[in-house]
Amino acid sequence: MSSLAEPPRRVWTFIAERLGRWGINGRVAVLLAPTLWLVVFFVLPLLVVFKIALSAFAMGRPPYLPMFEWGADESLSITLHFSNFLFLLRDTLYVNAYVNSVRIAAISTVMALLIAFPMAWYIARSDEKYRNLLLMLVILPFWTSFLLRVYAWMGFLGRNGVINNVLMSLGIIDQPLTMLQTEGAVFVGIVYTYLPFMVLPLYTTLVKLDQNLIEASSDLGAKPFTTFWTIILPLSMPGIIAGSMLVFIPAIGEFVIPALLGGAETLMIGRVLWDEFFSNRDWPVASAVAIVMLVILLVPILLLNHAQNAVVEKDA
Amino acid sequence: MKKPQIAADTRPWRDPGAKPFVRIRNVTKTFGDVYAVDDLSLDIYKGELFCLLGGSGSGKSTLLRMMAGFETVTSGSIEIDGQDMATVPPYERPVNMMFQSYALFPHMTVENNIAYGLKRGGMPKGEIADRVAELLKLTRLENFARRKPHQLSGGQRQRVALARALARRPKLLLLDEPLGALDKKLREETQYELVKIQESLGVTFVVVTHDQEEAMSLATRIGVMRDGKIAQIGEPQEIYEFPNSRFVADFIGSVNIFEGVVTEDEDDHIRIASSEAGCDIYVGHGVDCAPEQILWYAIRPEKMVLTREKPEADANVTHGLVQDVAYLGDMSVFRIMLDSGKRIHVTQTNSTRYDLEAISWDEKVYISWASDAGAVLVS
Repeated sequence: MSSLAEPPRRVWTFIAERLGRWGINGRVAVLLAPTLWLVVFFVLPLLVVFKIALSAFAMGRPPYLPMFEWGADESLSITLHFSNFLFLLRDTLYVNAYVNSVRIAAISTVMALLIAFPMAWYIARSDEKYRNLLLMLVILPFWTSFLLRVYAWMGFLGRNGVINNVLMSLGIIDQPLTMLQTEGAVFVGIVYTYLPFMVLPLYTTLVKLDQNLIEASSDLGAKPFTTFWTIILPLSMPGIIAGSMLVFIPAIGEFVIPALLGGAETLMIGRVLWDEFFSNRDWPVASAVAIVMLVILLVPILLLNHAQNAVVEKDA
Repeated sequence: MKKPQIAADTRPWRDPGAKPFVRIRNVTKTFGDVYAVDDLSLDIYKGELFCLLGGSGSGKSTLLRMMAGFETVTSGSIEIDGQDMATVPPYERPVNMMFQSYALFPHMTVENNIAYGLKRGGMPKGEIADRVAELLKLTRLENFARRKPHQLSGGQRQRVALARALARRPKLLLLDEPLGALDKKLREETQYELVKIQESLGVTFVVVTHDQEEAMSLATRIGVMRDGKIAQIGEPQEIYEFPNSRFVADFIGSVNIFEGVVTEDEDDHIRIASSEAGCDIYVGHGVDCAPEQILWYAIRPEKMVLTREKPEADANVTHGLVQDVAYLGDMSVFRIMLDSGKRIHVTQTNSTRYDLEAISWDEKVYISWASDAGAVLVS
């Protein structure tokens, strides 16, 4: 028999037993916390947005009509207005904005990929002791405010900006180039801002790529380009897909960059959303715009997910 | 010295006029100020199964990688089939390599792994399929053609790697620790299979290994490497029975080495006084040495005989105490402390099933050996 006294019952043991009676054990509790978080901060707000999107516009506060109404005879009437969604389809402004957003986000993603791949490759192949330093340099711009960096680009690209001044003083051009408030400036801004999101996942896959596989390919008669196409590219697909999603998704709803660097013709959905919400105070239409954007984003995510699975299955 | 005599035509290296297939001339490879391979020259002949044997850092893998073209030579030249390889990239060499990690392409099926090299060579589709089928049969992988590498066992992966490396019918196949990742039983099986394939295809194999048993059983010749240099080249028996240095004697198998001084130096014999051995050592053949020279006598454990009675001889007999006996089944290993204080190993074959008279621990025994049982080493 042990001479030691029974240890005092811990508070935690007590709580765990109480929760256990309601069917909440450690396993459930661990899953419960993020689930609650998602419900409170994602699912409920989304439902609210959805509800507003299906309401009618009204002057007032809040600027939409209630969806549920109690009649005089205590009956509940539910009014759903799909007109907001139809309105988006009918007005070419919105369709154009969506198409434009997808186009600009897609081109930016491809450009970011083309720039990031050699960068990630170089970092992954460099000496191990320099890798962290190089990765730091990639992340370094994040230490400055995003807004400040976009303003800095305005200073570079403007009519009296750094680039024009340098080119003029070198005598390469006589007239300042119009770079700011063009679509090109938007690409520069988006690619510059989101490049680290492309580099990091690419680096993670490339650093794991076995050097022997590249040598084996070369040994079996593949020229460097063939090795890249048949071995390196398929094996870095997970990184390419992850990086592309991380760039494409925020780029499509980007508001600040097109607003500051883009011109009047660079119409992106982020700006339309802002205008509907703040200038027109048309919350139902703004909500509908947001919902449609969500759907548009889901399509590439599902496609890329599918592609990722297909890559694993595919034989070169 | 007597060496085994076998027809010279199966051993081209014994023919001074034979033209080597791989010619390595004064090759040096440095990484920074480290000499991985140091002024090394080596000839390998067609149809050989040549083993480069050495510890880690001996430069054996670097040499192999230079033959494959993954490393450039710092100085010197490598010729394969009469062609200088200095400016030939790996993908144009008539050489294929089997990697230690196998380096199978994880996103391709077994079939496609094997076909990879053939596709690069621009072979027509039908022929590729035929060749792949042939190789699958050779390596007994017919039922695994559509599997991915991660769905295979270690032994199967090894065979895929071999099939892939053989697919292009290379003139020279380089194998980096081909059996290193297999367990003992599988390794023995695969070992014979590898020799069989090599003999039936007539491809020249260069195998890198750190496992001396593997090298002994595979190789037609072994090159023992140390510090980027070849310590000795020879047939397995030559390396084992006639090592040229204490390093080689010690590296291959187990050995007892006695230091001694030459007291008699005649044309037909020499006598060495060794306080370590605790007796005179009589060597029954002439050795290139001088009186009073310090040298070493290397003798294998199985070449010594244990007796309780003192054998009649004025040399090659010493005395010691059995400290430990390890019974291994086919033989027993005796650890003996000589009167001089030196510890030696002696192995005796267990030729009878149950020996009541067997020498056991804590017994005092005489150890003797024949006059041609060991090798005299000057370095």
